[in-house]
Amino acid sequence: MTDMNLLQSRIEGDSSGEDFSASVMSIEIGPAHPAMHGIVRFTTHLDGELIVGMDTEIGYLHRGFEKESENSKWIQVIPYTDRLNYVSPLLNNIGYSMAVEKLYGIEAPRRAEFTRVIMGEISRITDHLTCLGAAAMEIGAFTFFLWFIKAREYLWELVEEMTGARLTTNWTRFGGNSTDLPDGFLTELADRLAKLKDVMEECDKLLTRNKIFIDRVKDIGSFSKEDALSYGFTGPLLRACGIPYDVRRADSYSVYDELDFEIPVGSTGDCFDRFLVRMEEIRQSINIIEQAADKIPEGPFMTDERMLHYPDKKDVYGNIEGLIDHFKLVMEGHQPPAGEIYMPIEGGNGEIGFYLVSDGSGDPVRVRLRPPCFNFVAAMPAMTIGHYVADIVPIFGSVNMIGGELDR
Amino acid sequence: MEVLLDIIMIPTVLATIKIAVIILLFVMPLGTVLTLMERKWSAMIQDRVGPNRANIGKFTGHGALHLAADGLKSIFKEDTIPKGADSFLYLIAPFFGLIAGVATFAIIPVAGPIGDFTFQVTDVEPGLLFIFAITSLSVYGAVLAGMSSNSKFALLGGTRASAQMISYEVFMGLALMGIFMVYGTTRVSGIVDGQNEYWFGHLIPMWGVLTQPLGFVLFFTALIAETKRAPFDAPEGESEIVAGYFLEYSGMRWSAFMLAEYVALVGVASLITTLFFGGYHVPWLHLWDSAPQWLVTVLQIIKFSVFTLFFCWFQIQLRWTVPKFRFDQTMALGWKKLLPLSLVNIIVTAFVIIAFS
Repeated sequence: MTDMNLLQSRIEGDSSGEDFSASVMSIEIGPAHPAMHGIVRFTTHLDGELIVGMDTEIGYLHRGFEKESENSKWIQVIPYTDRLNYVSPLLNNIGYSMAVEKLYGIEAPRRAEFTRVIMGEISRITDHLTCLGAAAMEIGAFTFFLWFIKAREYLWELVEEMTGARLTTNWTRFGGNSTDLPDGFLTELADRLAKLKDVMEECDKLLTRNKIFIDRVKDIGSFSKEDALSYGFTGPLLRACGIPYDVRRADSYSVYDELDFEIPVGSTGDCFDRFLVRMEEIRQSINIIEQAADKIPEGPFMTDERMLHYPDKKDVYGNIEGLIDHFKLVMEGHQPPAGEIYMPIEGGNGEIGFYLVSDGSGDPVRVRLRPPCFNFVAAMPAMTIGHYVADIVPIFGSVNMIGGELDR
Repeated sequence: MEVLLDIIMIPTVLATIKIAVIILLFVMPLGTVLTLMERKWSAMIQDRVGPNRANIGKFTGHGALHLAADGLKSIFKEDTIPKGADSFLYLIAPFFGLIAGVATFAIIPVAGPIGDFTFQVTDVEPGLLFIFAITSLSVYGAVLAGMSSNSKFALLGGTRASAQMISYEVFMGLALMGIFMVYGTTRVSGIVDGQNEYWFGHLIPMWGVLTQPLGFVLFFTALIAETKRAPFDAPEGESEIVAGYFLEYSGMRWSAFMLAEYVALVGVASLITTLFFGGYHVPWLHLWDSAPQWLVTVLQIIKFSVFTLFFCWFQIQLRWTVPKFRFDQTMALGWKKLLPLSLVNIIVTAFVIIAFS
């Protein structure tokens, strides 16, 4: 074959000359695969065990959250948000409610805000516990996983006490929360946090300095600051890369500016850094909860502004304003003023942002969610190429993809 | 009666009986019970209850009935053959591991000989070399299963298994070289008797673990890697390649793989007991001159069983405590660390033997 022909064949993509394509094996990892918690498909191209290419396909859990929200009243979206990030549903509730409150231009009462901080941080802890536990389980530390799940159970019982449900919480409202702290909640909380600290300490001893574990996660899936920013990383993964961006500090919503906490930052952005950042964030969250529990003021847990909260039954039956409010809220729904806003909060995985458009009627025009793990999954090929097939497990585990949030 | 005894004492018949007794009364029951033991023990580690649901009326036997339930379930499950699989190889593959695992017990003595009668199927001259030969065969189980399943995950698992087992075999032999040098024989009965000698009068038995501490660690590691159990279970790699080489199997053939794993686990434990912990010899028992023969034999069987059980437990504990190695890390550990160490061990042992002889 002459050089001209060789060049021509290369232009046409014809495999001639040295052909490596036969040594590349494509393997479908997912959608149903033990390491793919949630459902996602990675078509992985392997040279031996080395990953040379990866195509990502998402959307297996698409439920039409955004479209469905447009066909609902504003308040009816809250239960849908439970199902977004289903390991920390309260944070989604809080994010959506705060976004609508921003549209209204109001703030929830201080007691409600402090309660939201407590419950939100509990949810962040459950999120991190699930992520770390599952990631560790997949590289063989099964005991670690079950101990963390045990700890998560302590917290979910608190969530259940507060909201009546473990997952389908549907807890926040516009301008407050649906329930106040139950009796004895704070003592129970302190008790549970003490137990959680014990578990954390135990698990720390079990895994953090384990040589096999460190070998499996160190320098795996490293990501530079620049790459992380260009992919739009947020949350623990961005902080593991060394950028101390945390919406709780950067945007200081709710009452976070009154609370003292630190933002753990990694350096290389590998799986070990992500593990350490999440472990430290659990400790910081415990710290935040303890401060918030100390500072929580007395007062109402729901705004008493008209056309925001459902009036009490005695008002509905007792006076005309109450009756009209109730009728209009039920029939027409909440009517935030026309406009559009973007409200980010720090979710378990990173920045959960709600972009809402209202035309002043009872139906949302647009409810858009910015899911943090969309960007992470987009970066999966960049993180995995050049590693071994077994490294998909810690990398994907540390990404903490939540199908409900990613596919919406 | 006389005739019957004569027939029994024909070596082939006797060996067959011994095989049947050892396999049916020791290996298989222990292998089966270990599946339950593993589940219960891991449950204890992890603050769970463990299996407790299978029942006959109110009787659950603390989960013991799960053994029967699992067995029944495996038998009645459909024995599937994937499309495009090489059905002959696919069907015979599960039994290589099982046979190799069981054959290990041929040379392991469970108690001291009484007259001509030995509690050992055969005491061949090559001894441990026989074990190396047999364990190599179990590679075929994994390789054939991985190759014939017509599944990429299984293929990856089979490749990993063959690479891992072949490399670990290399220094498994080297790790034992020290034992051969210290006791001067490859015959198993010779090694066991050698461990019945004592240092400082009757103070410390010359167990293999004391004469060859490094060899013990190396050999134990190699054996665990050879059985493909955690932390060396990259060939199974349940999280990335799902179940590795036996991914496509179902029913009884799948159970054969599982059983082979547990039989191998018992095999590892009994090998370690035999080679490094004095085998069946109860230490200091020889000081009791007037011990009746039957009592000595019973004590020896008990000692052997207790040590074997202990090392079974140890492997289970290990599995549920540490994370897994990645496949290339397993290989690196074998070739870059354990192999040089076993060579050093041989040289040091040689020097020590020369210096003290």
